[in-house]
Amino acid sequence: MTAAVSKPNNAIDAVGLTKIYGSGNTEVVAMRDATMHVSQGEVVALLGPSGSGKSTFLTSVGLINSPTCGQISIGGRLIQDGETAHVNLRSFRRQHIGFIFQKSNLIPFLSAVENIQIAMELNGESKRAARQRALTLMDYLGVADRADNLPSMLSGGQQQRVAVARAIANQPSVILADEPTAALDGHRGRQVMELFAKVAHEQGAGVIVVTHDHRALDVFDTIYEMEDGLLRQQSSHSLAAQSQAD
Amino acid sequence: MNLATKDIRHNLGRFALTAVGIGMLLMVVMGMGGIYRGVVEDATLLIDNVGADLWIVQRDTRGPFAELSRVSSNLVYRAKAIPGVQTSREFVYHTIQRQRGGTPVRIAVLGLSCPTDRGEWIPLTAGRPLGQAHFEMIVDRTLGMPVGEQLTLGKETYTVVGITSNMISSGGDGLAFFTIADAQAIQFETPGEAVRLERAARESRGEDFELAIQQPMILDNAFRPSAQLPGVARPQVSAVVVTLLHGTDVESVAETISGWGDVSVFTATEQRELLLKGSVEKVRRQIGLFRVLLTVIAAIIMALILYTLTLDKIHSIALLKLIGAPNSVILGLILQQALILGFVGYGIAYLLGQQLFPKFPRRVILADSDLLQLAAIVLGISVLSSFLGIWKAMKVSPNEALS
Ligand SMILES: Nc1ncnc2c1ncn2[C@@H]1O[C@H](COP(=O)(O)OP(=O)(O)OP(=O)(O)O)[C@@H](O)[C@H]1O
Ligand SMILES: [Mg+2]
Repeated sequence: MTAAVSKPNNAIDAVGLTKIYGSGNTEVVAMRDATMHVSQGEVVALLGPSGSGKSTFLTSVGLINSPTCGQISIGGRLIQDGETAHVNLRSFRRQHIGFIFQKSNLIPFLSAVENIQIAMELNGESKRAARQRALTLMDYLGVADRADNLPSMLSGGQQQRVAVARAIANQPSVILADEPTAALDGHRGRQVMELFAKVAHEQGAGVIVVTHDHRALDVFDTIYEMEDGLLRQQSSHSLAAQSQAD
Repeated sequence: MNLATKDIRHNLGRFALTAVGIGMLLMVVMGMGGIYRGVVEDATLLIDNVGADLWIVQRDTRGPFAELSRVSSNLVYRAKAIPGVQTSREFVYHTIQRQRGGTPVRIAVLGLSCPTDRGEWIPLTAGRPLGQAHFEMIVDRTLGMPVGEQLTLGKETYTVVGITSNMISSGGDGLAFFTIADAQAIQFETPGEAVRLERAARESRGEDFELAIQQPMILDNAFRPSAQLPGVARPQVSAVVVTLLHGTDVESVAETISGWGDVSVFTATEQRELLLKGSVEKVRRQIGLFRVLLTVIAAIIMALILYTLTLDKIHSIALLKLIGAPNSVILGLILQQALILGFVGYGIAYLLGQQLFPKFPRRVILADSDLLQLAAIVLGISVLSSFLGIWKAMKVSPNEALS
């Protein structure tokens, strides 16, 4: 339906993404012709019921899970066209994309601070500088006192915050978060959302956050909703209604 | 940041246990190699220590270490008469199994031609060489007899006067050194009743004998020791060992002796070869094969361990891929752990072996060349066996971090 539109000042251009899992009898169309443009500094919320395809969309945009068809451009550059990748996805992810996933985000044998450090060290940062920045981020997220603990010794919410710190550590141009605040209380959840907004505005990153937490929707610039694999943008009217309903 | 050591520290107990397991396995491999060396060394030790240039044995036999060999003891004088021969000694060697304190003990009996040879060449760890012509012995440490212990063999009682170590027969039995006369007495020891029966038989044979009928006195001879009987062979020895004067051509002396119809002659090198190719060959091959088998098993077990170690980390590996870690980082993680495991295992094997091997009934010799060879093998195994894990890690998709 849409031609591949990508503007240089867009952080993310996902055009006509379709994902079909399996084949024949077991075929599942998890995502159907999904299109989304996120400009630099924009923070997008993605809502939708369970199984609607939110994670599928996010992992496609995050270059982890190639779509069956459709194009993904990051920073105006075509990266993925259907199942064909135009760059080394792994090193592209390392440099440009920060992730927070629904669960088990951290490497169990590394301490909290090392989990953040490793992302920066892989990106060529010196050990010292990486540790310094990791501690600063942890301090900002209120988990600095847990720096040397293993993930298994952290609460779910603390783990999520460490994952947030790791996702933004390399100052990525794209941040993708799949229910990052599910394990956090209202206040902390809001704080994390505000942090995303801050990073987006300061670094010009495009941010997509899957959330069920309607209380913090006002932080977002745009709201999309997914249902049965179909993606559509919500009008600002229904947005206000939704905020009120909570 | 070194991921391999971080992971090991996180799973220290498990890793240590695995390393000990691998260490013990490698210790067995190491021990097999050491036993192999020990068998070869022990087999040739006696030949080397006796220091003979030539061994004269019964015609067409392969000498006392391979089979039963009997030569007349007067062969000593025949050999001595050959130009170039420096010394010529009787050699008596046979193995006995007796009961000592309720447990069976196998002793390789070796006769020294006292008084020229009192066993001065035997390295003693305690006591002294033989001091008298009878009833003394020097024993190997493995026989477990202290100086002063008395052992009754046949009709006589022998006292331990010296202890030596690492004097083992090719069969693995400890050596005991006696004088030739004692060694023969032990070998040909006959119970009193058997002697009496033999003398009675002799007498009755003599009664039918023409000469005895004419000269009845001749029958008295029947009751004398067989050694004193006219026309009866003297007690025999296993072999005669000969040393040559410096500068004498071994081959030419051997040539001369091989002309005698009743004996065969071997040089020390030939005797060594005979032993290695003969009596210890099967043991050697058996142990060698076992060693190869154990090495293969160690490789398979290590591969499985490294594979499961990788499986345990598969989620972390997927996560690393997800955050963009290049393959080299993941490969390094697995390979380094494999090498650390191999290295630590080898160290444990070595240290454990140092403690345990001396307690083995047979000698375990850890030669430097064998240790180096094993180290190289362990290195190879570590690298090869990590391939299975690496293959698994390369195959995992970053997606798996999400489930
Ligand atoms: N690997 C897969 N193989 C087959 N089907 C899959 C796979 N992953 C997801 N699906 C299917 O695709 C559909 C969308 O799944 P997805 O995980 O994107 O939903 P979601 O919106 O993230 O749900 P939730 O809110 O529960 O996380 C579901 O019907 C799911 O069963
Ligand atoms: Mg999901």
